Amino acid sequence: MITIHIPTPLRKFTHNAAKVTVDADSVSGAIGALIGQYPELGKHLLDTDQQIRRFVRIYVGEEDINQLSGASTQLKPGDAVSIIPAIAGGSKG
Amino acid sequence: MSEVQFSKQELERYSRHLIIPEFNIAGQRKLKAAKVLVVGTGGLGAPLLQYLTAAGVGTIGIVDFDVVDESNLQRQVLFTVDDVGKPKVEVAKQRLEKLNPHITFKAYNVALTSENALDIIREYDVVADGTDNFPTRYLVNDACVLLGKTNVYASIFRFEGQASVFNYAYPDGTRGPNYRDLFPSPPPPGLVPSCAEGGVLGVLPGILGSLQANEVIKVITGVGDPLAGRLFLFDAATFETRILKVAPDPANPISGDNPTLTELIDYEEFCGIPAQNGEQTSDIRAIDVHELKRRRDAADGSVLIDVREPYEYEIVNLQGRLIPQNSVEEHLDQIPSDVDVIVHCRSGKRSADVIKVLQSKYGYQNLYNLDGGILAWAREVDTSLPTY
Repeated sequence: MITIHIPTPLRKFTHNAAKVTVDADSVSGAIGALIGQYPELGKHLLDTDQQIRRFVRIYVGEEDINQLSGASTQLKPGDAVSIIPAIAGGSKG
Repeated sequence: MSEVQFSKQELERYSRHLIIPEFNIAGQRKLKAAKVLVVGTGGLGAPLLQYLTAAGVGTIGIVDFDVVDESNLQRQVLFTVDDVGKPKVEVAKQRLEKLNPHITFKAYNVALTSENALDIIREYDVVADGTDNFPTRYLVNDACVLLGKTNVYASIFRFEGQASVFNYAYPDGTRGPNYRDLFPSPPPPGLVPSCAEGGVLGVLPGILGSLQANEVIKVITGVGDPLAGRLFLFDAATFETRILKVAPDPANPISGDNPTLTELIDYEEFCGIPAQNGEQTSDIRAIDVHELKRRRDAADGSVLIDVREPYEYEIVNLQGRLIPQNSVEEHLDQIPSDVDVIVHCRSGKRSADVIKVLQSKYGYQNLYNLDGGILAWAREVDTSLPTY
């Protein structure tokens, strides 16, 4: 099982789940399985070419997948995948 | 650095620093000699400014263009009810001068822009970014990279916080990763709501802003191991913390192998935010709150739809039909097309987005956006209503 950490801004698409577990052996497989469970996430994570969007980072453990093998990075059971979006909040509002 | 002298009062004030072996008077001298610019005097800025002032950073610049609002007091602990309506930087400066009279403060009651950012930031050694929007995040980042300043970053949303130290100067002269290495481009407008739309737990900026102050002090004094090349994540709801690695991106347009950004750009445009009166909103018809009042008083048969969330409706509402933005497309049967329909939200942005979708996808031609949303109604028509 792979645990995917869902960041706050995207939890509205996962019925507020902060973690989702999937069976997958690669990052693209894990993201695909996640979108399978929560189709609305698809357009926020992937662009029209099915590439991971540039304003989200995907990590396996503490490593950015761009420093590994990108979306084809292999996963082993127990790995944690994190989706890290840009958030801007701070000052006023 | 030994030319930095302290009065008896200062030595007594900073004694708890001076007796930390690896900090001592050398660290305190570096603090006194340092110039730090705090951008944003809000939730993050409040603890940042208070701790940097208390700790003895010699010169502190404060940038904010805003005035204190009632809704700030839930988290911006630098301000009191007496300060509502006053410029934040002025109030902050007055409070902080009382906290530590040995500090030089410089208040900039302006918005940081591409026109003034380099001139302001140039005067400082370290920048602490406590702003609240993507254009300013990228502006602060790019200005810091162009000027070779370290940018101590934190950001918050609801229960979640991020912190990092960007563009850190390593002893060998190289620079650590910056914001664009982490996020090459901003999310499209609307995907990640602002704190005004999405909310934030009041104590969260207190936690993240304190961490930011800690990193600023570490960067200045050289004590410890700053959060450079790493991203700290904190989920206040689950108390989970993570530290992830941030690597330089060779394609980074400002610091990568082939930099193309050599000056500041239009950051509103970069973040996809249309200019005021841009074409995106021009095909949306709008009415103001006074027109809505006339129509309601005349019972003209128009329908009012509220596209906010149920918890916002509970705070205050205009008895409109509640159809939250995300569920609008599932409730088209509740949106008539034969009478005028006025759509409103908190400030008018979400309702405009809803109208855009309804017009372009479903052919509605009877929709009006309520300019300024329920906030404008509470301000101009019924001041007994709470704002949030």
